[in-house]
Amino acid sequence: MHRYISDFILDITQNSFEANSTKVELYFCENERYLNLIIKDNGSGMTSDVLKKVLDPYYTDGIKHKKRKVGLGLPFLVQSVHESGGSFEISSKPNEGTLVKCSFDLCNIDTPPIGDICTTFLVLYCDPKAKELIIKREIKTSKGRGYYEYSKSELLDILGDFSTVSSLCLLRDFLKSQEEDLIQYNIDRTIIF
Amino acid sequence: MAKMTLEELRNLRSLKQSSLQKRSIEGKEGQIVIGMGTCGIAAGAKTVLDAFLSELDAQGITNISVTQTGCMGLCYVEPTIEVIVPNMPDTIYGKVDAKVVKLIVKEHLINHKLINDHLFDRPSADIYAKDGDK
Repeated sequence: MHRYISDFILDITQNSFEANSTKVELYFCENERYLNLIIKDNGSGMTSDVLKKVLDPYYTDGIKHKKRKVGLGLPFLVQSVHESGGSFEISSKPNEGTLVKCSFDLCNIDTPPIGDICTTFLVLYCDPKAKELIIKREIKTSKGRGYYEYSKSELLDILGDFSTVSSLCLLRDFLKSQEEDLIQYNIDRTIIF
Repeated sequence: MAKMTLEELRNLRSLKQSSLQKRSIEGKEGQIVIGMGTCGIAAGAKTVLDAFLSELDAQGITNISVTQTGCMGLCYVEPTIEVIVPNMPDTIYGKVDAKVVKLIVKEHLINHKLINDHLFDRPSADIYAKDGDK
Protein backbone atom coordinates (compact mmCIF):
# COMPACT_ATOMS: atom_id res chain seq x y z
CA MET A 1 0.00 0.00 0.00
CA HIS A 2 1.23 3.48 -0.76
CA ARG A 3 2.10 5.78 2.11
CA TYR A 4 1.31 9.12 0.48
CA ILE A 5 -1.45 10.48 -1.75
CA SER A 6 1.24 11.65 -4.17
CA ASP A 7 2.34 8.00 -4.60
CA PHE A 8 -1.19 7.05 -5.68
CA ILE A 9 -1.18 9.90 -8.18
CA LEU A 10 2.15 8.77 -9.61
CA ASP A 11 0.97 5.18 -9.93
CA ILE A 12 -2.39 5.97 -11.58
CA THR A 13 -0.98 8.59 -13.95
CA GLN A 14 1.61 6.05 -15.12
CA ASN A 15 -1.33 3.81 -16.16
CA SER A 16 -2.46 6.60 -18.46
CA PHE A 17 1.03 6.88 -20.00
CA GLU A 18 1.05 3.14 -20.62
CA ALA A 19 -2.32 3.23 -22.40
CA ASN A 20 -0.72 4.57 -25.59
CA SER A 21 -2.07 8.05 -24.94
CA THR A 22 -0.69 11.11 -26.67
CA LYS A 23 -2.05 13.48 -24.05
CA VAL A 24 -2.58 13.07 -20.31
CA GLU A 25 -4.05 15.74 -18.08
CA LEU A 26 -3.71 15.82 -14.31
CA TYR A 27 -5.84 18.19 -12.24
CA PHE A 28 -4.69 18.54 -8.67
CA CYS A 29 -7.07 20.83 -6.81
CA GLU A 30 -7.00 21.40 -3.09
CA ASN A 31 -9.75 23.28 -1.26
CA GLU A 32 -10.69 23.93 2.38
CA ARG A 33 -11.54 20.31 2.97
CA TYR A 34 -10.84 18.11 -0.04
CA LEU A 35 -8.11 17.22 -2.47
CA ASN A 36 -9.80 16.64 -5.81
CA LEU A 37 -7.93 14.74 -8.48
CA ILE A 38 -8.74 14.12 -12.11
CA ILE A 39 -6.52 12.03 -14.35
CA LYS A 40 -7.64 12.05 -17.95
CA ASP A 41 -6.02 10.41 -20.97
CA ASN A 42 -6.80 9.91 -24.64
CA GLY A 43 -5.34 6.41 -24.71
CA SER A 44 -6.66 3.00 -25.65
CA GLY A 45 -9.43 2.96 -23.01
CA MET A 46 -11.27 -0.11 -21.75
CA THR A 47 -14.46 -1.97 -22.55
CA SER A 48 -17.19 -2.04 -19.90
CA ASP A 49 -16.30 -5.67 -19.17
CA VAL A 50 -12.68 -4.82 -18.40
CA LEU A 51 -13.72 -1.74 -16.47
CA LYS A 52 -15.75 -3.94 -14.08
CA LYS A 53 -12.66 -6.02 -13.35
CA VAL A 54 -9.94 -3.40 -12.92
CA LEU A 55 -10.79 -2.73 -9.28
CA ASP A 56 -10.14 -6.38 -8.46
CA PRO A 57 -6.51 -6.66 -7.22
CA TYR A 58 -6.32 -10.14 -8.78
CA TYR A 59 -7.09 -8.83 -12.25
CA THR A 60 -4.42 -7.86 -14.76
CA ASP A 61 -4.35 -8.01 -18.55
CA GLY A 62 -1.02 -9.85 -18.31
CA ILE A 63 0.60 -7.74 -21.01
CA LYS A 64 3.15 -5.86 -18.94
CA HIS A 65 4.15 -8.76 -16.69
CA LYS A 66 3.30 -12.05 -18.34
CA LYS A 67 3.24 -14.28 -15.29
CA ARG A 68 1.95 -11.83 -12.77
CA LYS A 69 -1.53 -12.36 -11.37
CA VAL A 70 -2.09 -9.03 -9.67
CA GLY A 71 -2.80 -5.44 -10.69
CA LEU A 72 -2.63 -3.29 -7.59
CA GLY A 73 -2.61 0.36 -8.71
CA LEU A 74 -6.34 1.13 -8.84
CA PRO A 75 -7.34 -1.28 -6.03
CA PHE A 76 -4.84 0.46 -3.72
CA LEU A 77 -6.33 3.84 -4.53
CA VAL A 78 -9.93 2.68 -4.07
CA GLN A 79 -9.12 1.03 -0.76
CA SER A 80 -7.43 4.14 0.57
CA VAL A 81 -10.22 6.46 -0.59
CA HIS A 82 -12.91 4.24 0.94
CA GLU A 83 -11.06 3.97 4.23
CA SER A 84 -10.91 7.71 4.59
CA GLY A 85 -14.29 9.05 3.49
CA GLY A 86 -13.27 10.12 0.00
CA SER A 87 -14.81 9.32 -3.36
CA PHE A 88 -13.72 7.51 -6.50
CA GLU A 89 -15.10 7.09 -10.00
CA ILE A 90 -13.71 5.78 -13.25
CA SER A 91 -15.09 5.88 -16.77
CA SER A 92 -13.55 4.67 -20.00
CA LYS A 93 -14.31 4.13 -23.65
CA PRO A 94 -12.28 1.95 -26.01
CA ASN A 95 -10.07 4.07 -28.31
CA GLU A 96 -11.19 7.29 -26.61
CA GLY A 97 -9.50 7.20 -23.25
CA THR A 98 -10.01 6.89 -19.53
CA LEU A 99 -11.04 9.31 -16.82
CA VAL A 100 -10.28 8.75 -13.15
CA LYS A 101 -11.79 11.13 -10.61
CA CYS A 102 -11.22 10.90 -6.91
CA SER A 103 -11.20 13.03 -3.83
CA PHE A 104 -9.52 12.70 -0.46
CA ASP A 105 -11.04 14.21 2.68
CA LEU A 106 -8.08 16.14 4.11
CA CYS A 107 -9.83 16.43 7.49
CA ASN A 108 -10.18 12.67 7.93
CA ILE A 109 -7.68 11.06 10.32
CA ASP A 110 -7.33 8.04 7.98
CA THR A 111 -6.41 10.07 4.90
CA PRO A 112 -2.73 9.58 4.00
CA PRO A 113 -0.50 12.67 3.97
CA ILE A 114 -0.22 14.36 0.56
CA GLY A 115 3.55 13.77 0.38
CA ASP A 116 6.15 15.34 -1.86
CA ILE A 117 4.26 17.05 -4.68
CA CYS A 118 7.36 18.48 -6.40
CA THR A 119 9.15 15.16 -6.83
CA THR A 120 5.91 13.50 -7.93
CA PHE A 121 5.38 16.07 -10.68
CA LEU A 122 9.09 15.85 -11.57
CA VAL A 123 8.92 12.06 -11.95
CA LEU A 124 5.76 12.37 -14.05
CA TYR A 125 7.14 15.05 -16.35
CA CYS A 126 10.33 13.11 -17.01
CA ASP A 127 8.65 9.72 -17.49
CA PRO A 128 9.89 8.52 -20.90
CA LYS A 129 6.46 6.98 -21.59
CA ALA A 130 4.69 10.33 -21.25
CA LYS A 131 4.21 11.87 -24.70
CA GLU A 132 2.38 14.92 -23.41
CA LEU A 133 1.39 15.72 -19.84
CA ILE A 134 -0.40 18.81 -18.63
CA ILE A 135 -0.47 19.35 -14.89
CA LYS A 136 -2.97 21.84 -13.50
CA ARG A 137 -2.41 22.57 -9.84
CA GLU A 138 -4.82 24.68 -7.83
CA ILE A 139 -5.33 25.62 -4.20
CA LYS A 140 -8.43 27.48 -3.12
CA THR A 141 -8.94 28.32 0.53
CA SER A 142 -10.21 31.18 2.70
CA LYS A 143 -6.76 32.76 2.20
CA GLY A 144 -7.20 32.99 -1.56
CA ARG A 145 -6.47 31.06 -4.74
CA GLY A 146 -3.19 29.96 -6.21
CA TYR A 147 -2.75 28.23 -9.55
CA TYR A 148 -0.16 27.02 -11.99
CA GLU A 149 -0.31 24.98 -15.15
CA TYR A 150 2.55 23.62 -17.27
CA SER A 151 2.80 21.12 -20.09
CA LYS A 152 5.62 18.66 -20.60
CA SER A 153 6.27 20.00 -24.11
CA GLU A 154 6.82 23.60 -22.99
CA LEU A 155 9.17 22.53 -20.19
CA LEU A 156 11.04 20.16 -22.49
CA ASP A 157 11.37 22.93 -25.04
CA ILE A 158 13.18 25.07 -22.47
CA LEU A 159 15.24 22.40 -20.73
CA GLY A 160 16.20 20.36 -23.78
CA ASP A 161 16.09 17.00 -22.03
CA PHE A 162 14.71 15.35 -18.90
CA SER A 163 17.56 13.01 -18.08
CA THR A 164 20.70 15.01 -17.28
CA VAL A 165 21.26 15.95 -13.67
CA SER A 166 21.46 19.65 -14.49
CA SER A 167 18.07 19.84 -16.26
CA LEU A 168 16.38 17.67 -13.64
CA CYS A 169 17.74 19.88 -10.85
CA LEU A 170 16.53 22.98 -12.70
CA LEU A 171 13.09 21.43 -13.17
CA ARG A 172 13.01 20.49 -9.50
CA ASP A 173 13.91 24.04 -8.45
CA PHE A 174 11.29 25.39 -10.82
CA LEU A 175 8.55 23.15 -9.40
CA LYS A 176 9.67 23.93 -5.85
CA SER A 177 9.33 27.64 -6.53
CA GLN A 178 5.80 27.06 -7.87
CA GLU A 179 4.83 25.12 -4.76
CA GLU A 180 6.45 27.61 -2.39
CA ASP A 181 4.32 30.30 -3.96
CA LEU A 182 1.20 28.34 -2.97
CA ILE A 183 2.18 27.98 0.71
CA GLN A 184 0.54 31.35 1.47
CA TYR A 185 -2.87 29.75 0.78
CA ASN A 186 -2.34 26.78 3.12
CA ILE A 187 -4.71 26.48 6.03
CA ASP A 188 -4.58 24.50 9.27
CA ARG A 189 -7.25 21.86 9.02
CA THR A 190 -9.02 20.39 12.02
CA ILE A 191 -8.70 16.65 11.81
CA ILE A 192 -11.90 14.77 12.57
CA PHE A 193 -11.44 11.51 14.48
CA MET B 1 12.46 31.26 -3.49
CA ALA B 2 10.27 33.58 -5.55
CA LYS B 3 7.96 31.95 -8.08
CA MET B 4 10.06 31.30 -11.18
CA THR B 5 8.70 32.19 -14.60
CA LEU B 6 9.34 30.13 -17.73
CA GLU B 7 11.58 32.94 -18.99
CA GLU B 8 13.71 32.77 -15.84
CA LEU B 9 13.94 29.01 -16.24
CA ARG B 10 15.12 29.49 -19.83
CA ASN B 11 17.81 31.95 -18.69
CA LEU B 12 19.03 29.65 -15.94
CA ARG B 13 19.20 26.82 -18.45
CA SER B 14 21.43 28.72 -20.86
CA LEU B 15 23.64 29.82 -17.97
CA LYS B 16 24.07 26.20 -16.82
CA GLN B 17 24.56 25.03 -20.40
CA SER B 18 27.55 27.26 -21.01
CA SER B 19 29.27 26.20 -17.77
CA LEU B 20 28.57 22.56 -18.64
CA GLN B 21 30.12 22.77 -22.07
CA LYS B 22 33.39 23.84 -20.50
CA ARG B 23 33.51 20.70 -18.41
CA SER B 24 32.13 18.15 -20.84
CA ILE B 25 35.66 17.43 -22.10
CA GLU B 26 35.81 14.78 -19.35
CA GLY B 27 33.27 12.86 -21.46
CA LYS B 28 32.37 9.30 -20.45
CA GLU B 29 28.68 9.11 -19.87
CA GLY B 30 26.88 6.96 -17.34
CA GLN B 31 23.34 6.12 -16.50
CA ILE B 32 21.29 5.53 -13.36
CA VAL B 33 17.93 3.84 -13.92
CA ILE B 34 15.39 3.86 -11.11
CA GLY B 35 12.61 1.25 -10.88
CA MET B 36 9.41 3.27 -10.62
CA GLY B 37 6.72 0.55 -10.74
CA THR B 38 3.94 0.21 -8.14
CA CYS B 39 6.35 -1.77 -5.92
CA GLY B 40 9.12 0.81 -6.29
CA ILE B 41 6.80 3.74 -5.58
CA ALA B 42 5.42 2.03 -2.45
CA ALA B 43 8.96 1.43 -1.18
CA GLY B 44 10.15 5.02 -1.74
CA ALA B 45 11.63 5.20 -5.25
CA LYS B 46 10.65 8.87 -5.51
CA THR B 47 12.82 9.73 -2.52
CA VAL B 48 15.67 7.79 -4.14
CA LEU B 49 15.40 9.80 -7.37
CA ASP B 50 15.36 13.02 -5.39
CA ALA B 51 18.39 11.90 -3.36
CA PHE B 52 20.35 11.01 -6.52
CA LEU B 53 19.72 14.46 -7.98
CA SER B 54 20.84 16.18 -4.78
CA GLU B 55 23.93 14.02 -4.33
CA LEU B 56 25.09 14.14 -7.97
CA ASP B 57 24.54 17.89 -8.00
CA ALA B 58 26.42 18.30 -4.72
CA GLN B 59 29.37 16.25 -6.01
CA GLY B 60 29.37 18.17 -9.29
CA ILE B 61 28.83 14.99 -11.34
CA THR B 62 27.01 16.06 -14.47
CA ASN B 63 27.78 13.36 -17.04
CA ILE B 64 25.38 10.81 -15.50
CA SER B 65 21.80 10.65 -16.69
CA VAL B 66 19.02 9.74 -14.28
CA THR B 67 16.05 7.93 -15.83
CA GLN B 68 13.19 5.73 -14.68
CA THR B 69 11.77 2.41 -15.70
CA GLY B 70 9.04 0.05 -14.48
CA CYS B 71 9.43 -2.90 -12.13
CA MET B 72 12.71 -4.81 -12.67
CA GLY B 73 11.28 -8.00 -11.16
CA LEU B 74 12.89 -7.61 -7.75
CA CYS B 75 9.83 -6.35 -5.85
CA TYR B 76 11.08 -7.86 -2.57
CA VAL B 77 14.10 -5.55 -2.40
CA GLU B 78 12.63 -2.32 -3.71
CA PRO B 79 13.57 0.42 -4.30
CA THR B 80 15.88 -1.00 -6.96
CA ILE B 81 18.20 0.89 -9.27
CA GLU B 82 20.56 -0.02 -12.07
CA VAL B 83 23.91 1.71 -12.44
CA ILE B 84 25.59 1.64 -15.84
CA VAL B 85 28.97 3.36 -15.91
CA PRO B 86 32.19 2.79 -17.86
CA ASN B 87 34.82 0.52 -16.27
CA MET B 88 32.28 -1.11 -13.94
CA PRO B 89 29.86 -4.02 -14.49
CA ASP B 90 26.21 -3.08 -15.00
CA THR B 91 24.90 -3.36 -11.48
CA ILE B 92 21.50 -3.58 -9.82
CA TYR B 93 21.27 -2.34 -6.27
CA GLY B 94 18.29 -3.10 -4.03
CA LYS B 95 16.95 -1.76 -0.73
CA VAL B 96 18.19 1.66 -1.73
CA ASP B 97 17.42 4.72 0.39
CA ALA B 98 18.91 8.21 0.68
CA LYS B 99 21.89 6.91 2.72
CA VAL B 100 22.64 4.15 0.21
CA VAL B 101 22.42 6.73 -2.60
CA LYS B 102 25.28 8.66 -1.00
CA LEU B 103 27.28 5.41 -0.77
CA ILE B 104 26.60 4.53 -4.41
CA VAL B 105 27.75 7.94 -5.60
CA LYS B 106 30.86 7.87 -3.43
CA GLU B 107 31.92 4.23 -3.79
CA HIS B 108 30.50 3.05 -7.11
CA LEU B 109 30.70 6.20 -9.20
CA ILE B 110 33.75 7.88 -7.73
CA ASN B 111 35.89 5.08 -6.18
CA HIS B 112 34.72 2.31 -8.57
CA LYS B 113 33.88 -0.16 -5.80
CA LEU B 114 30.76 -2.30 -5.49
CA ILE B 115 28.53 -2.02 -2.42
CA ASN B 116 28.11 -5.68 -1.50
CA ASP B 117 25.27 -5.32 1.02
CA HIS B 118 22.93 -3.93 -1.60
CA LEU B 119 24.05 -5.93 -4.59
CA PHE B 120 21.30 -7.77 -6.43
CA ASP B 121 21.20 -9.05 -9.95
CA ARG B 122 18.65 -9.84 -12.56
CA PRO B 123 17.38 -13.41 -12.30
CA SER B 124 19.77 -15.72 -14.19
CA ALA B 125 19.48 -15.56 -17.96
CA ASP B 126 17.50 -18.80 -18.46
CA ILE B 127 14.87 -17.94 -15.85
CA TYR B 128 14.86 -14.40 -17.10
CA ALA B 129 13.87 -15.48 -20.62
CA LYS B 130 11.44 -18.14 -19.37
CA ASP B 131 9.58 -15.73 -17.11
CA GLY B 132 9.17 -13.25 -19.89
CA ASP B 133 11.15 -10.41 -18.39
CA LYS B 134 8.85 -10.00 -15.44
